[in-house]
Amino acid sequence: MTAGGDVDIRVEDLGKTFRVPEREAGLRASLRSLVRRTHRDVHAVTDVSFDIAPGEMVGFLGPNGAGKTTTLKMLSGLLVPTGGHATVLGHVPWQRERDYLRRMTLIMGNRNQLQWDIPALDSFELNRAIYRIPDAEFRALRDEIVELLEIGDLVRKPVRNLSLGERMKAEIAAALLHRPQVLFLDEPTIGLDVTMQKRIRSFLAEYNRRYGATMLLTSHYMADVQALCRRVVVIDHGAILYDGSLRELSSRYSPHQTISVTLDDQAAELSAYGEVLSAAEGRYALRVAKEQTSAVAARLLAAYDVRDLTIEDPPVEDVIEQVFAGSATTVEVTR
Amino acid sequence: MTVSAGRRRLTGLPGVYAVTMRTAVQIQFQYRAANYAYLLGMIAEPVIYLVVWSTVARSQGGDVDGITAGEFAAYYIVWTLVRNMNIVFTPYGWEERIRRGVLSGMLVRPVHPIHYDIAFFAGWKFVAILLWLPIAAVLTLIFRPTFDVNLLEAAVFLVAIWGAFLIRTMLLWLLGMVTFWTTRVSALYDLYFTAELLLSGRLLPLALMPAWAGTLADVLPFKYTFGYPIEVLATDLSTAELLTGLLIQAGWVLASTALMALVWRVAVRRYSAVGN
Repeated sequence: MTAGGDVDIRVEDLGKTFRVPEREAGLRASLRSLVRRTHRDVHAVTDVSFDIAPGEMVGFLGPNGAGKTTTLKMLSGLLVPTGGHATVLGHVPWQRERDYLRRMTLIMGNRNQLQWDIPALDSFELNRAIYRIPDAEFRALRDEIVELLEIGDLVRKPVRNLSLGERMKAEIAAALLHRPQVLFLDEPTIGLDVTMQKRIRSFLAEYNRRYGATMLLTSHYMADVQALCRRVVVIDHGAILYDGSLRELSSRYSPHQTISVTLDDQAAELSAYGEVLSAAEGRYALRVAKEQTSAVAARLLAAYDVRDLTIEDPPVEDVIEQVFAGSATTVEVTR
Repeated sequence: MTVSAGRRRLTGLPGVYAVTMRTAVQIQFQYRAANYAYLLGMIAEPVIYLVVWSTVARSQGGDVDGITAGEFAAYYIVWTLVRNMNIVFTPYGWEERIRRGVLSGMLVRPVHPIHYDIAFFAGWKFVAILLWLPIAAVLTLIFRPTFDVNLLEAAVFLVAIWGAFLIRTMLLWLLGMVTFWTTRVSALYDLYFTAELLLSGRLLPLALMPAWAGTLADVLPFKYTFGYPIEVLATDLSTAELLTGLLIQAGWVLASTALMALVWRVAVRRYSAVGN
């Protein structure tokens, strides 16, 4: 865990339970609910704890309904928790102090804050006023962000004329003009094409490098997380399943690696080396226990004329799936 | 990139107002034709009232309870401007605001959202007034209103229309915030708007209403969002009545703002308890 004085985000046993009305289908149930309403408690987040150090970029992973967005909303002050505590930059988020709101930003991929009918440049002006950004600083940062995101021409068009990806870039630019120290990003690349995703990723990495901003990011695109975050927090059913490095996650939850090998021999029998995943035209893929990969590779090199050989970890998506499938009750905190 | 440098620009709340009002003007100018159609549509209502009352006045020998056809014309022409000042953020807009996440966006900013609504609709007024002038001129030519306006009345009117705007903004915000508790609000809104229609002076001058309705209107805020500003310009109020009206308006502005601020705090607490 990170040392107490060097923490931007501290979350301790944070919990959020929603009370939702419940009734069965049908007229009788409907009439009964007029007299006696029944409710059900939905535990969206349960006893979540983690610390994030200044400048750290952390991926927050989990399936739909895992509690990611609820946690982000609590940390950005939109929801009040029903249990536990959290501080961000020394503030209790849900007290929504202006000093806090000026230093953070929440970017939600599927929500738009820019004015629809006017160019983004005009919306930027509103943010300049709201966040009291001095003129020179505003111009410098705006121009820098516009250049980094390559949206010089786009910001002059009415937002309604922009594509989804272009709009998202403009949204991100607007959200960062006040140079927030903490960024909460909820699916910032959702619905965007691969090129656009890449550009936004590299922009966020650059922003983090230049300004040392702390970021907590949720995304269903593992490429986002792999490109930006060394550390991941995995959450499911409202509880943390894993908190540690992405690399450690792979080795912990996937005891196998894949050896891809190309041989001159197009009919080699390799089942003695590992589980054969595929074999076609001299190219073979073998699943091998991680601790045996070096030895198996050496044996293959010795036994065959090997044209090419690579060893790969399984895709992170598969690892995460493994985490959800195998550890519904285990909590792994490796930091 | 080159965007106006040099001049020092406003920040903080004055900046928010300046930028938002400018934005509203920009947006309204983009939709000039739609705005005109909207304004013309809005004219239909007072013109109907005007034709009805003028006809009644003429058939009764020139006036209804002392109000002549020319005075009716004055009343309903000023009505068209005051009606424009009455356009504020609709209570029906809250559900959409919550559902589309716009409210969340507003809440993570360090400025109370009421400021956007006041500034945006205030900016809109400048365009509406500009577009209204030729319509008022045409109505004046057709209906020949009787105006007798002195400087004090003109000055009070200029203040009173903005007072009306502020009171209605706060009242409709209060009404709209019911959405935080339930989305089945149509019946409540209908009740409110009917009461407002009858007791504000919108349907007919309050002087024509029964005494008890006049008394009721005096203690409710509706009159100060509609009938009072019209009477300032279109009827002959005494100086005491002019100034008392302004004072009562100020009272309603303060009271409705305080109540809005209070309910807003509770509403945000509710929103942040249940989410969206």
